Amino acid sequence: METKTDTEQKVLPDKGAENNKEVVIKIEHLKKSFGSNEVLSDITVDLHKGENLVVLGRSGQGKSVAIKCIVGLLYQDSGELTVFDQDVKSLNETELKELRMRVGFLFQSGALYDSMTVRENLEFPLTRVKKMDKKDELDALVNEVLEGVGLPDAIDKMPSDLSGGQKKRIGLARTLILKPEIMLYDEPTTGLDPITSREISELILQMQKKYQTSSIIITHDLECAKITGDRLVVMNDGKFIAEGTYEELENSKDELVKSFFIKK
Amino acid sequence: MEQEAKFSWSSIFEEAGNQVGFMGSFVRNMFRGGFEGNELIRQCYNIGYKSFSLTAITGLILGMVMTLQSIPTMKQFGAVSFVPAMVSISVIREIGPVIIALICSGKIASSIGAELGSMKVTEQIDAMEVSGANPIQYLVVTRIIACTFMIPLLTLMADALALLGGYIGANLGGHISLLLYFNKAIASLQFSDIFPATIKTIFFGFAIGFIGCYKGYNSNRGTESVGVAANSAVVNASLWIIVLDGIAVQLTSIFAYS
Repeated sequence: METKTDTEQKVLPDKGAENNKEVVIKIEHLKKSFGSNEVLSDITVDLHKGENLVVLGRSGQGKSVAIKCIVGLLYQDSGELTVFDQDVKSLNETELKELRMRVGFLFQSGALYDSMTVRENLEFPLTRVKKMDKKDELDALVNEVLEGVGLPDAIDKMPSDLSGGQKKRIGLARTLILKPEIMLYDEPTTGLDPITSREISELILQMQKKYQTSSIIITHDLECAKITGDRLVVMNDGKFIAEGTYEELENSKDELVKSFFIKK
Repeated sequence: MEQEAKFSWSSIFEEAGNQVGFMGSFVRNMFRGGFEGNELIRQCYNIGYKSFSLTAITGLILGMVMTLQSIPTMKQFGAVSFVPAMVSISVIREIGPVIIALICSGKIASSIGAELGSMKVTEQIDAMEVSGANPIQYLVVTRIIACTFMIPLLTLMADALALLGGYIGANLGGHISLLLYFNKAIASLQFSDIFPATIKTIFFGFAIGFIGCYKGYNSNRGTESVGVAANSAVVNASLWIIVLDGIAVQLTSIFAYS
C-alpha cells in the first residue's frame, strides 16, 4: 500500500481538473536501478495532450533515465509506462520504431551527426524512417524546419562549425522534421549563456504551439521551467516530491521545494 | 584469489556472449531491406583508399628488407638465385597478409572504435535509434563489409609492391633484370599459395571491422571510454588476427599441402 510523504500531501494538487484531458504518457510506480544504485525509486506522473510538463531537479537525480525509458532506450525494472496506451516494455522492434516516429527526443548536446552537414542531418530521418527520396520534398521540409528554428543559412554547415545554441536549434529541427506528437527535451538549455537559454526556451514554446506537441522538459534551469512549463514536477532522490504550476511551487512552504527556487 | 578467477571467467563468457549477440545483430541487419549503399562506398573509400599509402609503403619496404636480409645468408649456401622465390612465397603465404592485417588493425580498428565510441558518448547513436533509424545497419554493417572487402585488396596490392621492393633490394647489392626477378618470383608460386592466403585476409578484414565496431558501439559513457574503445579494438583485433592466422595455417596444411 503506497503512502504519500508529508511533502507530497502538502504540495501535490488535486488532479480532478485534469481527468478530462487525454493522457498521452502514463507512468506509474516506475523503478530503475543500475546495479545497487537505485536511480528511480518510485515515480508516477501523466502527460496530457498539448501540455508542457517540466521535470525539475538537481543533476544526477534520474531525470534523463526517466525519459529514456519513455522511448525504450532503457527499460524500467518495475512499474508501468504506457505511451499512447502502448506498454513500451512489451513492444516488439517494429512497434517500437513506429512509436519512436511519434515521439521526438532532443538530447542534451543536440547529438548532431558529426560526419554530416546540417542538411544531411535533417534528411537522415526522412530518408531512413519516412523513406522519402524526392529532392524537392526533402528540400521543402528541411527549409521549413530550418526557417522555424531561425537558421536557414546553416544548411550546408558542418556541426563543428556551429555554436552550442545553434547545435540545439538544429537538433530541435531534426527532431521536429518527423512531426512528432510528443517531444522530450533533455536539459535543452544546459551549457548555454542566459540570452541563448531564453531564446531556446522561447523556441520550445513556439514550436509546441506550431506543431501542437505535448512535451516533457527535463531541466534544472528555472527560467526555462518558468517560460515553457504548464505544469512542473520536482524530482529528488529518484521520486517526484512536488507538483504544480511554477507560481504554486515558487510559493511552496516546503523547504526542499523552496530550495529549488532560491534565486542567486 | 578464487573469487577473482571466477569473476574473470564470468566476464570472459559475458564478453563472448555479447560478441555473439552483436554478430547476430550484424547478420540480421545485413539481410534486412534498406541497405546503405552510399555509406558503404564512403566507408570503402575511408578504409581502403585512405590506408593505401600506409600499406603500400609497408609492402614495398617489407619486400626490400627481406631481400637485403636474406642475400648474405643465401650467399653462404650459394643459393642467391632462390631469393626471389623465397621472398615471394614467404610474403604471399604469410608475412604480407599478417603484417598488413596488423597494420590495418592499428589504423582501421582503432579509428572505427574511436569514431563509434565518440558517437556513443555524444549520444549520436541514441539519437539515430530514437529517430526510428537503424544504427546497426548504417554504422556497423557498412563498416564491417567495407573492411571485409578492402583488407584483401590492400593485402594483394601490398604483396605486389613487396615483390617490387624485393627487386629493388636485389638491385641495391647487385644486378638482376626486372623480368628475370619476377619470372623467378612468380614461377615459384602456386595456386595453393595465393588462394588460401587471400581467403584468410577476408577473415582478417572481417575481424578488424567487427571488433572495431563492437568495441566502439558498446563503449561506456564518458570521454575516457573513447580511448579505451580504440585501444581495446586494436588489441583484440590484433589478437584475433594471430588466432585466425594460426587456424588458417593449420587448415591450409591439411587441405592445400597434404
